Amino acid sequence: MDYFQIVMVTLEATIRLSVPLILAALAGLYSERSGIFDIGLEGKMLAAAFAGGAAAAVYGSAIIGLTAAIVVSVALAMVHAFASITQRGNQIVSGVAINFIALGSTVILGQAWFRQGGRTPQLNEDSRFQAITLPFAETLADVPVLGPIYANLISGHFLLTYFAFAMVPITWWVLYRTRFGLRLRAVGENPGAVDTAGISVTKMRYLGVLCCGILCGFAGAYLSMAVAAGFVKGMTAGKGFIALAALIFAKWKPVNVMLACLLFGFLDALAILLQGQQLPVVGEVPVQFMQALPYVLTVILLAGFIGKAIPPKAGGKPYVKER
Amino acid sequence: MSDLAIELRGIDKSFGPVHANKNINLSVSKGTIHGIIGENGAGKSTLMSILYGFYQADEGKILVNGEEITIRDPNVAIAAGIGMVHQHFMLVDNFTVLENVMLGAEENAILNRGIVNARAELKRLEDEYALEVDPDAVIEELPVGLQQRVEILKALYRGAEILILDEPTGVLTPAEADHLFRILEQLRDQGKTIILITHKLREIMAITDEVSVMRRGEMVATRKTSETNVEELAELMVGRRVLLRVEKGPSNPSDVKLSVDGLTVRDNRGVVMVDDVSLEVRAGEIVGIAGVAGNGQSELLQAITGIRQAEKGTVLLAGQPIDVTGDADPQDLRKRGLAHVPEDRHHMGLVLSFEENENAILGYHYDEEYLNGPMLKLDAVRSHAAQSAEKYDIRPPDVRLKTANFSGGNQQKIVLAREMERDPAVLVIGQPTRGVDVGAIEFIHKRIIEMRDAGKAVLLVSVELDEIRSLSDRILVMFAGRVVGERTPEATEGELGLLMAGVEEGQEAAQ
Amino acid sequence: MSVPYAKLPLWVEYGLIPLINLVVAFLVAGLVVLIVGESPIKAATLLVQGAFGYGEGLGFTLYYATNFIFTGLAVAVAFHCGLFNIGGEGQAYIGGLGVAFACLALDGIFPWFLTFPVAVLAAAMFGAAWAFIPGYLQAKRGSHVVITTIMFNFIASSLMVYMLVEVVKPLGSMAPQTRTFLEGGQLPRLDWLLSIFGLDIGGAPFNLSFILALVAAFLVWLLIWRTRLGYEIRTMGASPTAARYAGIKEARIIIITMLISGALAGMMALNPIMGDQHRLQLDFVTGAGFVGIAVALMGRSHPVGIIPAAILFGMLYQGGAEIAFEMPQISRDMITIIQGLVILFAGALEHMFRPAITTFFATLGGAGKQSEATAAGE
Repeated sequence: MDYFQIVMVTLEATIRLSVPLILAALAGLYSERSGIFDIGLEGKMLAAAFAGGAAAAVYGSAIIGLTAAIVVSVALAMVHAFASITQRGNQIVSGVAINFIALGSTVILGQAWFRQGGRTPQLNEDSRFQAITLPFAETLADVPVLGPIYANLISGHFLLTYFAFAMVPITWWVLYRTRFGLRLRAVGENPGAVDTAGISVTKMRYLGVLCCGILCGFAGAYLSMAVAAGFVKGMTAGKGFIALAALIFAKWKPVNVMLACLLFGFLDALAILLQGQQLPVVGEVPVQFMQALPYVLTVILLAGFIGKAIPPKAGGKPYVKER
Repeated sequence: MSDLAIELRGIDKSFGPVHANKNINLSVSKGTIHGIIGENGAGKSTLMSILYGFYQADEGKILVNGEEITIRDPNVAIAAGIGMVHQHFMLVDNFTVLENVMLGAEENAILNRGIVNARAELKRLEDEYALEVDPDAVIEELPVGLQQRVEILKALYRGAEILILDEPTGVLTPAEADHLFRILEQLRDQGKTIILITHKLREIMAITDEVSVMRRGEMVATRKTSETNVEELAELMVGRRVLLRVEKGPSNPSDVKLSVDGLTVRDNRGVVMVDDVSLEVRAGEIVGIAGVAGNGQSELLQAITGIRQAEKGTVLLAGQPIDVTGDADPQDLRKRGLAHVPEDRHHMGLVLSFEENENAILGYHYDEEYLNGPMLKLDAVRSHAAQSAEKYDIRPPDVRLKTANFSGGNQQKIVLAREMERDPAVLVIGQPTRGVDVGAIEFIHKRIIEMRDAGKAVLLVSVELDEIRSLSDRILVMFAGRVVGERTPEATEGELGLLMAGVEEGQEAAQ
Repeated sequence: MSVPYAKLPLWVEYGLIPLINLVVAFLVAGLVVLIVGESPIKAATLLVQGAFGYGEGLGFTLYYATNFIFTGLAVAVAFHCGLFNIGGEGQAYIGGLGVAFACLALDGIFPWFLTFPVAVLAAAMFGAAWAFIPGYLQAKRGSHVVITTIMFNFIASSLMVYMLVEVVKPLGSMAPQTRTFLEGGQLPRLDWLLSIFGLDIGGAPFNLSFILALVAAFLVWLLIWRTRLGYEIRTMGASPTAARYAGIKEARIIIITMLISGALAGMMALNPIMGDQHRLQLDFVTGAGFVGIAVALMGRSHPVGIIPAAILFGMLYQGGAEIAFEMPQISRDMITIIQGLVILFAGALEHMFRPAITTFFATLGGAGKQSEATAAGE
């Protein structure tokens, strides 16, 4: 393989690996911007992946699969909202609970329904998302440099991949250019200001968590119905937490979220590429080092050594009207 | 059309056992600045919160422009043309001015055109009322005075004809306050109605047309400002209360035990709360600090006792310096004989979820008496607590009971017993009888006098003027972070009230 | 004035409400069993029989419970200081490295009872070291301990894979694990303890670590309620302003608490490594660090509550395995669901039933109050 090809393969893998991160981190952004911390991204994504894989297998339709993924993810999000907003419970505890409920029930239900050791049946072509070839991708593939870039990096991805990348500017636009976004950002910073402006704090926060549920649904569907053809036990493998790390790393800003997710996806792709390879000067880089790097970077950021990650000011605190 | 902007009839509101507003009647004429004055806890803020729809009155009617309306929530108030500038600004700190102004009044789901219109409208308001502020400035980067201006703009943007300002000058410098008054006068001249809630007489006299006085949940009087004077208002505000009689002989002050010099303290927002304060307390005397809450007393106490870092100044405890600008350690200060009964016993003086005996040693838990190496000597702790409980008549006499289950008076006795029973050289006390029943008040006052007679130096802070008058040997009055005067306990309430309300000495004669 | 809830009798507060929360969690779990098409009652019977019905089952139950006592205590100690240590999993994992180093170094020289104290110390130190950084960052730089401990779980996981694959694996071996310890690195089983009750432990790895766990529980109780440090920790957790008033050093207490919490989590590693597998393997913690959260919440952060809660989860782990035998539909992942439900109902939704219960007791106590008042002589 020549270097150009290696670069191309790595970048393609980067995109593939960062899509679920982008979707989940944007999901977390909506929730946390409204003042509700969510460490349950992993669980929602996992449950959605299972629901998507299961429904798509049973009904043979990718759309039904996606719908099921979203419905299940939203249901879990509403549990979190009920505990955190209505019951004013501890948001961290609630998130932890949702992760476990998702982790356990995907396996139990999967085994009960499909009896394939926690897998859902292999999805056929109709019931999963297919890579989309953009116009002229094949004809242009032979053009040096730009051709392969267009054919491999820009064309040839799943619909959900394009959706994920489209959600970045859309989220930015929603956040900074719509009434909803203005109120969402406000309620995560100073719910008192929102309340005195005659807007329901509860409603805004529920909406934020709802958006989170929907996007986690997409993230899960991507895992089980696009990049893989079916659900595998525990298939999120910590991606929800990497997404959380990316969200913090991005300081809760949509474009930064994409960049952070691409970075973390790139590190992941690089880890695969470098496995067992001898590099000049440093020698072999342990794959585990690459895997741990996103977390290490996030901790360093949290420690305030590279800029300061300031979460939404009212985050994690239930709103109680002051006397 | 009525010429009354607001009319309140028989407003009544209780929070549990607290009767915050008692049958309040109030009429505010259109195009006037109407002041509402009263001490802390007189019920001013509650009344205005009812008017703004934050709470519902238990009884009574609200008429806006002559029409009776039910204000269920702030939306109704906003629609009726009522705007409110809160004491603690309701602004989103990392938003721009424009975003804050628009929040909740955005026109459309998409901000595109709304932003353009809002910008134009904001510009128009700025021009019309001379309220300049950069619409793209981020709130947290603006000085407090400008932040307040944004609050006013927010209300005007929503079409407010009636503007309520709750203690607007609390966070302002005198120059900023003067500027605010000019703005308010201009707003009135352009036909707006303004309700100004304050405890500062100077402000009332300076800009209001009419003034209503509240005291202990009641509306006691309404006057035309031109027909009244500060003395009358001060008296109405404080009331002629029966002075609590405390048996007390003459004081016998000796050495200076606590000496504060040039102390300056900022609060968490960076606002100067204590401004170059100097004072001395001698052994065998009680120095009382009078003042309306929020004039720097809390920060003064916290700085002296090592809880809050001071910006500059020196404090000497029995002649030895306390590192108030560095890291003074409350534990070390206790060892050196500084006892502290904090103002906020619920959050600072006690841990409410602890057993009574555990609170009886809070801050003294390092004491050898209670320790056996790293272990607590529970027997010693509990017998100590039981002794104090008996001596201070703490009821119920159950040292294992959770502290939250004691009444306010008994909780306070737990703190007092802890701080008084260790023979301190200096005793610093904040709000000794806040939320305490009458029986316990007498007991607590007696104990404080006993401490004085035993030769302790006592620094007392209270917002209860009669408490200050009946206990103190000397009275210092704090206003806006400074000590504005010293009086003997013989000073009249009116005289002290004037000082507390920020009327400078010498100014009285001029009024 | 700001007391959020009316006062309830102690037995309601510490008995009835936790019990109701627990029952609801199990009812929902029963619902899942129903969905799967099995009988919840039969499952429950199997569960209890499998966990307590015979010596070996009980041995396994207590073996698992040992893990959860350690991790539950770890979470609880941090809770008392107002900290949420989600990093028990990683701290236990790293603790395993300490145990392995101690055993690998000493098992050929010393008998187990000399290796044991060194291994305990090493486990505690390694676990504490892993908790130190999040603790330090929380205390000195305000980095939220919840997020940093989550990150440290993943970092621990990568680090341990690296250590096992590249460093401690014996030459020529393929499996990512250390060599098997000699007898000097193996803890004796507690078969004698069960034989007192006439039970045969069979192949259950119930070992000395259980006693250590009970000792740790006692020491934690002693620490929290009987020492100056515990007093300071509780003050910090209940009211940081009161702690400042009392001259308690905030940063110092946070760091010390995290060290203790990490040490307790680290000691969990003794049970599987020195007590059962006799070597360090990948992923030996298997979620015990997270079970600790459920155990601490259920046990209300008190050792007296934590031990039965740990045994309950031990029962779920062991009995769950038995159910999986009889009902292939219900694998041990059922426990994960129950764990989540317990955390949800005993943690995040702990106050959900309180208003109803308060109203119930208020109407019930209407008449009783009168006599109580006269009795108090007020």
